[in-house]
Formats: sequence, C-alpha cells, structure tokens
Amino acid sequence: MTMRHTISILVNDQPGVLQRVSGLFGRRGFNIESITVGQSEEVGLSRMVIVTLGDEHTLEQIEKQLYKLIDVIKVINLGSKPMVGRELALIKVKAETSERPEILGVVDTFRASVVDIGSNSLIVQVIGDSSKIDAMIELLTPYGIRELSRTGVTAMTRGNA
Amino acid sequence: MNEQNTELLSIEQLRKKWMSPEVISGSEILLRSLLLEGVDCVFGYPGGAVLYIYDAMYNYKEFKHLLTRHEQGAIHAADGYARASGKVGVCIATSGPGATNLVTGIATAYMDSVPLVVITGNVATTLIGTDAFQEADITGITLPITKHSYLVRDVKDLPRVIHEAFHIANTGRKGPVLIDIPKDVSAAMIKFKPDDSINVRGYNPRTVPNKLQIDKLVQAISEAKRPYILAGGGVIYSGAHEELFEFATRTEIPITTTLLGLGGFPSGHELWTGMPGMHGTYTSNNAIQQCDLLINIGARFDDRVTGKLNGFAPHAKIVHIDIDPAEIGKNVAVDIPIVGDVKTVFEMLNPLVKRTEQADEWRKLIQQWKSDYPFRYTDSDEVLKPQWVIEMLNETTNGEAIVTTDVGQHQMWAAQYYKFNHTRSWITSGGLGTMGYGLPSAIGAQMAQPDRLVISINGDGGIQMCSQELAICAINNIPVKIVIINNQVLGMVRQWQELIYNNRYSHIDLAGSPDFVKLAEAYGVKGLRATNKEEARIAWQEALATPGPVLLDFVVSKTENVYPMVTQGSTIDQMLMGDE
Ligand SMILES: Cc1ncc(C[n+]2csc(CCOP(=O)(O)OP(=O)(O)O)c2C)c(N)n1
Repeated sequence: MTMRHTISILVNDQPGVLQRVSGLFGRRGFNIESITVGQSEEVGLSRMVIVTLGDEHTLEQIEKQLYKLIDVIKVINLGSKPMVGRELALIKVKAETSERPEILGVVDTFRASVVDIGSNSLIVQVIGDSSKIDAMIELLTPYGIRELSRTGVTAMTRGNA
Repeated sequence: MNEQNTELLSIEQLRKKWMSPEVISGSEILLRSLLLEGVDCVFGYPGGAVLYIYDAMYNYKEFKHLLTRHEQGAIHAADGYARASGKVGVCIATSGPGATNLVTGIATAYMDSVPLVVITGNVATTLIGTDAFQEADITGITLPITKHSYLVRDVKDLPRVIHEAFHIANTGRKGPVLIDIPKDVSAAMIKFKPDDSINVRGYNPRTVPNKLQIDKLVQAISEAKRPYILAGGGVIYSGAHEELFEFATRTEIPITTTLLGLGGFPSGHELWTGMPGMHGTYTSNNAIQQCDLLINIGARFDDRVTGKLNGFAPHAKIVHIDIDPAEIGKNVAVDIPIVGDVKTVFEMLNPLVKRTEQADEWRKLIQQWKSDYPFRYTDSDEVLKPQWVIEMLNETTNGEAIVTTDVGQHQMWAAQYYKFNHTRSWITSGGLGTMGYGLPSAIGAQMAQPDRLVISINGDGGIQMCSQELAICAINNIPVKIVIINNQVLGMVRQWQELIYNNRYSHIDLAGSPDFVKLAEAYGVKGLRATNKEEARIAWQEALATPGPVLLDFVVSKTENVYPMVTQGSTIDQMLMGDE
C-alpha cells in the first residue's frame, strides 16, 4: 500500500552529500515529496529529513540503498515511531484594506502570524504539520496567493527515544 | 615482464624506508601510497591536470605504469587486472576528456562489483567551478556509478583518502572508488609519513550472518525434495569457491553458476548444470522453475537470469545469501535472507549440512535433462562454426586458460562452450555488457597473471572499439592470444533482428572493417587467419607456440544464432531451442 513516510538521515557533512542522497532517490525511481537539510546535534554531521511516498517494499529498499552510501551514518524511519513533524510556510496573500480583518481572523485561528504588511498584501508565516499548512493555504487561496514558499518537513521522534 | 619485479622492495621495506616524516609533493604521496597499498601495476594516460603526478613517476623506478592508447583501455585493463588477481585495479587519467573517457569503464566495474581505485586529475582548486579549460565535474558525473568518491581539496587529506579508498573498494560489496585530485593539490608540498589506520564511520559491512537464519537454511535443506543452488560472482569475489565445493558435494545439491559465477564451481563436475538464464541450459532453467528450494549464493537475480519475474521459480522457497543487504528482496521476494560474506556463511553452514535421500529422484531427473539437452549446434565442414572454435580452444587448453571476452554472441558461446576449472579464469562484462572490454581486460589479466595463458575472445564489432590497445600488447610483449570470431556482422543484434524483428536487418553489416591480420601487423603483433577447421587448428597451434601476442581472425558463419534463447517477457523455461 502506498503511504507517506518520513525518514530522518544522519549524514557526514561533506560537500556533495545532498547530491548523493537526492541522486539516489532520482536514479532508483523513489519519490521525494520534501527534503530538508541542516545541522545536527553533532559537529560534522547533518540531518536530512525526507518525506517520500511508497509501499513497504519501496521503503525497505530506500533504507537499504541509503545505508550503502558511505556518508550515511544512520537512517531512521520516523513513520514507525511517535514523532513530531513540523513545516514552515511563508504565504504572500493579496489583501486589500477591506479584506484584512477577515484574513487576520484566519491567521489568528491558525495561530499563524503576519510578518510583513505591504500596501495591498500581507506575508503570513505558519508553522505546523503539513496538513495544517495545507488547510491554511486552502483558506487563503480565495484572496489570491501571490507567492508561496514551504520549507518541507523537519522531524524528530518523541520522548527519549 | 618478471625481471623488473625481482629487485623491487616489499611493502614492509618501503614502509620502513619512508617511515621518517619527509616533505614531499601530493603527487609523490600518491605514488608512495599506491605502492604501500601493494599496487604493482597501474594503467593510465597523462594530460595537463596530472602532469605533476606523471613528473613524479619519472623518478619512481618502483612504480610500474602502462600507457594505454585510450582511457577506456586503461580502465578496462585495471578492471581485468582486478578480476584476475582479486586485488584492487588502479588507473589514472587527466581532467575533463580524460576523466569522461573513463565513465564506461567505471560503470562496467560498478555493475559487476569490481574493486577499482580510479584517479583523475582536475583543474586547480581556484579554478573549480569556472568552466576552466578541461574542467569536468567528474565526481558529479560518476556519482551513480561509483561505490564512493572523493574530491581532494587539501593535500593533507590525500594519504587518508587513498587508504580509505582502497579499503572501501575491496571490502563489503566491492566496487569502484574515484579520487579526483586538483592540479594544485598534486603539486602542494607537505610532510608525509605512512599511516595505515582506518576510520570510516557509517561503513561497517556485515560479514557474519545471523545464526538463526543459518539454522533455518539447514532445516530447509533437510526438508527439500528438489533443492537447487544458484551461485554468482559473489562466490568468486569472496574467495569462497572451495567452501562452495564442499557445500555442494556434501549435500549433493545440483548447482548452476551465473555468467559471472563461471569458474566458481568446476564445469566438468556432475552436479554442475551449466549457466542459467537467457542463454542458459535447458537443465538449469527448468531446475530453477521446478525446484522447491532455491539457494542463491552471491548472485543478484539479474533480469537476464530470472526472465519474467512474475513466474520465476514458482514452487521454490527462496534463500538469498549476499554481502549487500540491499540486494535481498530487491527483485525477488525472499523466504530466508542471509546477510554476510559468502565464505563466512559457508564456514558456519558446512558442518551442519548433509546429503538427503529424498532428493534422489530430483538428482536423477537433473541428470536425465543434462544428457537429453546439452548445448548443441549443427557443425559444418564448409564454414567454420563459432561454437566449434570455442570447443577447440577449450580442448587444446584443457580449460586451463584465463578467458576474457567482449560482448555479443561470441561472449555467450564462450560462456557455453569453454569449461572452467578455476576461479578468476573467466573475465567478462556481465552487468553493463560493455563492447570494447575484451582486449584491454585481457591485457590487465595478463599483467596480473603473467604465467597463465590469457585468451581474449572478441566479435569483429567490439574489437574495433578498443583495437588501439594492440599497441600495448606489442610494446610490452604481453602474450595475450586475441581471438576474433569474425561473422562480419553485429551478430547478437542480427540475432535479435532475425528472431524478434522479423528479419529486418537494420544497420548490422560491418563491411568496411579492416583486414584484422594487417591491422595486427601494423602494430607489430602477429596476425593469423583461418576460414576452415584445418586452418583454424594450424593457426591456433602456431599462436600457442608463439611467445608474444597473436591476433587470430577466425572467419565464421554469418548466420549462426545462440541457443537456447529466452526472449524478453517469457519465463526462463520457455526457451527457443534452435533448429534441432
Ligand atoms: C558499447 C556498446 N554498444 C552497443 C552495444 C549493443 N550490442 C550488444 S551485442 C552487439 C553486437 C556485437 O557484435 P560483434 O562485436 O560483432 O559480436 P558478435 O555478436 O557478432 O559475436 C551490440 C551492438 C553494447 N553491448 N555495447
């Protein structure tokens, strides 16, 4: 059954490592829905979080193929564990003065925030799991979205695990 | 070729000689490091970005380098060297076009898990990324076809990188590792002292299998009525042929070896049933389809072996033993997965297994198939038949030669009709199917095994892809016997066009090929031609009696096909058997 999986990968912080990982996905026909990279808790290592679509067999292959890369230290399938997954989006939405109160209402309910105000637009910042961001976008669409930038998911297992 | 070797220092002596720290260039560090890794011959081609390295070679009498005539020749030679010796093959090329000329050879080695260290030069670090003259992002280009790669930006890293590269190339699932060295790095001076520590976090190939899985396999063997072994190149790479022999003969389980596994089990043995797959034997293909236990040892369920996956080995419990966990379950669902080094697996397994009587019927059936359906062809006294030529080579050498091939019909006939008694005696491009591989790989194999007879079997098409390496044979007096199975066409393509594309022979005619005998002579290699059996016998005897390289042009029938053949989309027991 095809499902969405979140995979956290600890890698050596080497030039080209992102290319190695994303290249592997491309070449073997694995899907990348989002990919984020940044520092990890250890100097010299980065953490990548990849959201991918596939069945159990594909997921197993992804994990095994990733482990073949010399720069990959650890692969964790977060989907099988309780986890916190968050994404950030910046949404520039058209906002004539008359529509602003309505838009601010949406922003408030979602506990998002307005981080910039232009003469006829606002930039809204929203943080949450991907479905929350999807919902926010859906609600703002009628006003006219001028620009949208999503970071992709970063994630961690809950508790001491 | 041996004289030079005798005065060379051993690795230990070299280590001692260089132990006190000394300021030397990156290039010298490279040469010393290669010598310390036990490399005794590298293949390469110079150019601007590696000139410091070549300059350093000028003084290193210990360092043996063969100048090929094309970088593709260099890397296939390194590959042949690695396959014939079990050591890491090394080649050197310059940046840009030199490096990109290696790509086919890197992919060839990657597909067949051959340990190589590939050294390329690059433009100076200050120029990288500027589209400088002869710049190519070779690490980027080769990312999907290397086991690992390094772009060395600081000469300080060079000794560690080289040592790591050798370690990675020749452990776990073997493969090519690329080291890209910018020109300024090869020029930089630094204090060097040999070091042989290894610390690659995140790279821990698992060699010892899970005992529980071994027990499951023992149990399965004791219950099976129709057990069958499918052994691949992993047996050879792990040096496990003796253990495999013990396993098969103890249990008396019939065995097939894949194209890359040929020589991993003696071809003459009664348990052996020939190669499986697209051009495999009737016996092996039917045995796979009818067995109830299929024990895959170091083979990767390549589609040329499995045929149509849906319907492959439909009655079998499937066991897969492999050093690379990613191979297990990749193509075929597995009932008993065993991750580990094949040799280690056998060491645990062999004391626990024995022959079972309930497989006797099966053994009988297999023997019946073997005698009813051997490989066969219609011989002729008018034209030379390619299969007959291979049989002649086999008989006159008692299966004792090292055979390398190019790709095409001749490759399949060589696999079918040459009978291998030893491991590391069969060198062919299996996974990538690279034309141009035959001659240079033979040169590499002969450098690795100077005392053995090396025969390179080629088509008249493929030989023309690297024929310039005849020069290397002549100049270095490398005594390979270069056989051309000359059918005047791209034979394997012709076969497909005949059988699958309704005799529409599109662009397969090799008219315009040179007179191969004259071509050989132009390079200073002896050339001989044969067009019938008598001439063939005489020419071959003369070749065997000649101490140096010889090219033999065997002009054979143009229309011969390789049988059996499993066409794409069929299960492997649905074979075209040919005229008979
Ligand atoms: C580099 C490369 N190009 C194309 C092919 C496709 N191909 C496979 S077999 C073959 C024909 C080979 O003809 P020849 O070398 O004459 O050998 P024969 O089949 O006649 O023995 C071709 C073109 C290939 N394997 N490698």
